[in-house]
Amino acid sequence: MRREPPKALAHYLPIAFPALMLLVFFVIPFSTMIGVSFFKRDPSGFYTPEFVLDNYARFLSSFFAGVLSFSLFLAITVALICVVIGFPFTYLLSRASRRTQTIWLVALLAVLSLSEVIIGFAWSTLFSRTAGLSNIFVALGLMETPTALMPNFWAVTTGMVYQAFPYTVLILYPALARLDPTLLEAARTLGASPIRGFMNVIVPAMRNTLVASVIMVFVFALGSYLLPQILGRPQHWTLSVLITDQAIYQSNMPFAAAMAVFLVLFSLALVGLTIMLGSRKDEA
Amino acid sequence: MKAVFARFVVFALVALFLIGPLVVVVGVSVNEKQTLAFPPEGLSLAWYGQIFMDAGWRSSLFASLFLATFSAALAVAIAFPLSWFLWRRVAPWAQIFRLLGVAPFILPPVITALGLLTFWATIGAYGQPWTAVLSHAIFFVTLPLVTISLGFSSIDRSLVEAASTMGANDRTVLRTVIMPLILPYLISGFAFAFVLSLNEYIVAYMTVGFTMETLPIKIFNALRYGYTPTMAAVSVFFVAVAVLVFSLIARFGDLPRLLGAEARGADS
Repeated sequence: MRREPPKALAHYLPIAFPALMLLVFFVIPFSTMIGVSFFKRDPSGFYTPEFVLDNYARFLSSFFAGVLSFSLFLAITVALICVVIGFPFTYLLSRASRRTQTIWLVALLAVLSLSEVIIGFAWSTLFSRTAGLSNIFVALGLMETPTALMPNFWAVTTGMVYQAFPYTVLILYPALARLDPTLLEAARTLGASPIRGFMNVIVPAMRNTLVASVIMVFVFALGSYLLPQILGRPQHWTLSVLITDQAIYQSNMPFAAAMAVFLVLFSLALVGLTIMLGSRKDEA
Repeated sequence: MKAVFARFVVFALVALFLIGPLVVVVGVSVNEKQTLAFPPEGLSLAWYGQIFMDAGWRSSLFASLFLATFSAALAVAIAFPLSWFLWRRVAPWAQIFRLLGVAPFILPPVITALGLLTFWATIGAYGQPWTAVLSHAIFFVTLPLVTISLGFSSIDRSLVEAASTMGANDRTVLRTVIMPLILPYLISGFAFAFVLSLNEYIVAYMTVGFTMETLPIKIFNALRYGYTPTMAAVSVFFVAVAVLVFSLIARFGDLPRLLGAEARGADS
């Protein structure tokens, strides 16, 4: 059975249901959201359909600029930490036995699928005064009395690295698992130490993959909405938190929608950049 | 030798980082008193019983299982015919639907959540439990779409060719050749969507947060109003389910290949 273009109406039948579902429950909601972002807020209900640009004008406030730049800074910090640790780790993983790889992949998937609520709860316990890391430090004699290690910026960052790390490894894994093993062997034969070979051969060969991964993890980290609330103070709230807050607690759906549209455009631009990088294959 | 040692150190540190928080959660979940303390004071499994005994936690558990089962099934029902069509027909325009299926997963989740919230609110269905099922099915359709497409790409077309030369029509080929080959990928797609739906917070919260309390929503609400060890017990339960499901996929399938490595045997 060769692949052939659909000719009869019946040939289109299989795609009818998926297409309908995706159009009605993804494209239409998305368009609704864009529409609502131009509507006027109705404090008693959701919104009134009246065309205004107020929601976008609010972006120009210094408060919004502050939240936006903090979100970007936090996400890029998390992405860089994840890729810097994740890249050598994934490289070593891809060279391990199939069995070792499988066990790690199960563990990484289990952590990746964990609810942000649970990750936030686990780390808030670990950073707490009564049940946390500081108790271990006291037991080891490194600290006088147990203290709470949150809320602060590093608590948020740690939680988000924990959340994004498995994602980073799974993004890097296909490229590294398919990397030609003779590449490093050649470097080793020529007398390079493993670390030198890794830094001078593997890293440059995977340059595009690395940049693409940083961008993907960056977009992933932008989506974190609970960890900044659980582990940080209000000044650590990100754009995602603010969108949720406006939509649910301030019942200002039009403003939330405007911020979401902004976030979409921003993320899409970055994902587009990643795809462009992806089409220019690594030389490896 | 030095390289082996270095690898051991890296693996151990990453393992410690990933497992550490979970160890503490297991620890606090077996505390005897209702206080947050680690190492645990006394040993009690009563908090695990609470998940099933306490009416509130139990109804959350059922709400989550209901949501995860039906949304994962619907996600597979959307992904399977789509991947089949893309594999069977030459239709470049249809790639747009693959893109639409992957988009919700790549964009920050709050965007999909808000889009669905405005949609359900606009058509007046806000808060109905079935809206959450549809929302999660769309949100997680990426996973079965990716696994099933991978399954199709691994089918040897000459096999299908042989069947149709011998007179099998599309329907027979689908039932007797394609289905048996695709089934493992279909099941893993379902399993991925199921586990992620079970854990999902923001989409569920924005669509049905005030009418249906799924387990993640219940944990977060409990977290805000003070600590109970049941939260820790539920978290352990979630980790156990995830490890179990992914171990099963690894046991019956080729997990490294599913996640993008070469097929087994291609390398040692």
